[in-house]
Amino acid sequence: MKRVLANWLLVLPLLISLVPSMRAQENASAPGMGSQALAAVSSDERIAKLEQQAADAKSSADNAWMLVSSALVLMMTGPGLALFYGGLVRKKNVLATMMQSFAMMAIVTVLWALVEYSLAFGAGNSFIGGLQNLFMRGVGAQPDPDYAATIPLQTFMVYQLMFAVITPALITGAFAERMKFSAMALFMILWSLLVYAPMAHMVWGKGGLLNAALGGRFPTLDFAGGTVVHVTSGVSALVCAIYLGRRLGYPHEPMPPHSVVLSFIGACLLWVGWFGFNAGSALNAGSLATSAFVATHFAAAAAALGWAAAEWIRNGKPSVLGGISGAVAGLVAITPAAGFVGPMPALLIGAVAGIFCYTMVAKVKAKLGYDDSLDAFGVHGAGGTIGALLTGVFASSAINPIFKNSQGAALPSGVIEGNGHQIVNQLVGVIIAWLLAILGTLIILKVVDVVLGLRVSDDHEVQGLDLSQHGEEGYYWEASAS
Amino acid sequence: MTKVEAVIQTSKLDAVKTALQEIGVEGMTVIEVRGHGRQKGHTEFYRGREYTVDLLPKIKMEMVLPDDLVEKAVQAISSAARTGKIGDGKIFLSRIDDAVRIRNDERGETAL
Repeated sequence: MKRVLANWLLVLPLLISLVPSMRAQENASAPGMGSQALAAVSSDERIAKLEQQAADAKSSADNAWMLVSSALVLMMTGPGLALFYGGLVRKKNVLATMMQSFAMMAIVTVLWALVEYSLAFGAGNSFIGGLQNLFMRGVGAQPDPDYAATIPLQTFMVYQLMFAVITPALITGAFAERMKFSAMALFMILWSLLVYAPMAHMVWGKGGLLNAALGGRFPTLDFAGGTVVHVTSGVSALVCAIYLGRRLGYPHEPMPPHSVVLSFIGACLLWVGWFGFNAGSALNAGSLATSAFVATHFAAAAAALGWAAAEWIRNGKPSVLGGISGAVAGLVAITPAAGFVGPMPALLIGAVAGIFCYTMVAKVKAKLGYDDSLDAFGVHGAGGTIGALLTGVFASSAINPIFKNSQGAALPSGVIEGNGHQIVNQLVGVIIAWLLAILGTLIILKVVDVVLGLRVSDDHEVQGLDLSQHGEEGYYWEASAS
Repeated sequence: MTKVEAVIQTSKLDAVKTALQEIGVEGMTVIEVRGHGRQKGHTEFYRGREYTVDLLPKIKMEMVLPDDLVEKAVQAISSAARTGKIGDGKIFLSRIDDAVRIRNDERGETAL
């Protein structure tokens, strides 16, 4: 009895507060002079208001997903890639290797804020953006409908920044354990401006030569950066590995990974982060993001199986490092395709990439003799190239109607759908990425070599980069430490 | 006094320790080591590269014992550590001249 009373006491104020608002509604609908005209205006207004509210809600939802995606992509560099690469080097280089990834989070961010964003996404010519967005000018809450109509341009900017961070970080795997930190930093600044910014502009920027969505001359399908991120970084990595030469003692001295455990954690973080990378590249929270999410996941799984199976057959055992390397290879290969292909082609692309990258890493590298220390080319260059080409084969207009005729009806996307020419466009995109990466990287290496020198001294290389470049150790040991 | 050094399989540490405690051995030092005798190593593959690992992880136990305990200790270690396969390890014995207990400067067997 007491409880019922208490409940009524709680409800009573609510009822009282409702009464005046009900009266107000009666007043509003009371008959009077020109009430019909008034009602018509107010219904128009109400529709406009509702439309605005619906647009705001969609914008908020899209923005929430894009901010989460941005954070996920940053997580791919640190700690994802830093752990993945850090585990693969020898103990004496673990910190220096992680620092090379981490430094990109700081250096490229500042560079992006000052000039790189404008060079990549400012309206410019076919090859590079203009200078109108220097120092973040004009990059605010207002969306840019050419890029993403429902999210603030600032969200788009920070999302793209995370890609600009991880791309140079991927290259560091090629010259791990032998490059000066200062030379690495200067190389990456120049590389970001001279290779990444133009490539990003060509594929994704307004008026870009290869932009499929905004009417480029050679519309290359690259959903999340197969050419922009993986081909450019992977090919540049190969150039670096050859230019710098092998590590002291390679290939005679054994240089096994010092902790596959670290690499395992890093690879799994990369897998999760890649949902932001690929599904986020839909630039909204709609069904295309879901489709890209599923394709990404499926390809990673198939590629992990592909690499591990190839190893199992050749060496008699499926290794953990093989499994996680395969997953990363699959994620690389599905990157350009994620928003264009269905789940079954995604499985196929993944499986092909897993086996192909295993062959590149385990067989081709050993044959050719270059020391791509952590297989940045074997995984990203090779996987990115095969992924970009397969995108042209499997792209489906049912998943993403990117090409439309003048009436707005969807045209076929990939070779299987009947757009045989798309493979040529993909090839053009890949060749441009290869050429830009090779030429740009060679010139930058030459400049940095003259200005700073690229390699550490032999003594420093033997001592390890942790001590010689950073004055600290990853695994500090002293008897009195306890 | 005799120093007993036993290199054994890592998996046999607990069994040997228990056997030694049962016969009254009161102290020991255990070190994780790597080495090989006649046992062959194994191969590991990392991204297609083959690595031969011939220094295998072992446990080395060291203890200095009064002479009357030595034979019993050797028996205890050897029966607890034996699997009968190659790689079971070895026991080394050597004479010790003196011992010092740091806490109170006791010398010789009383220091053990």
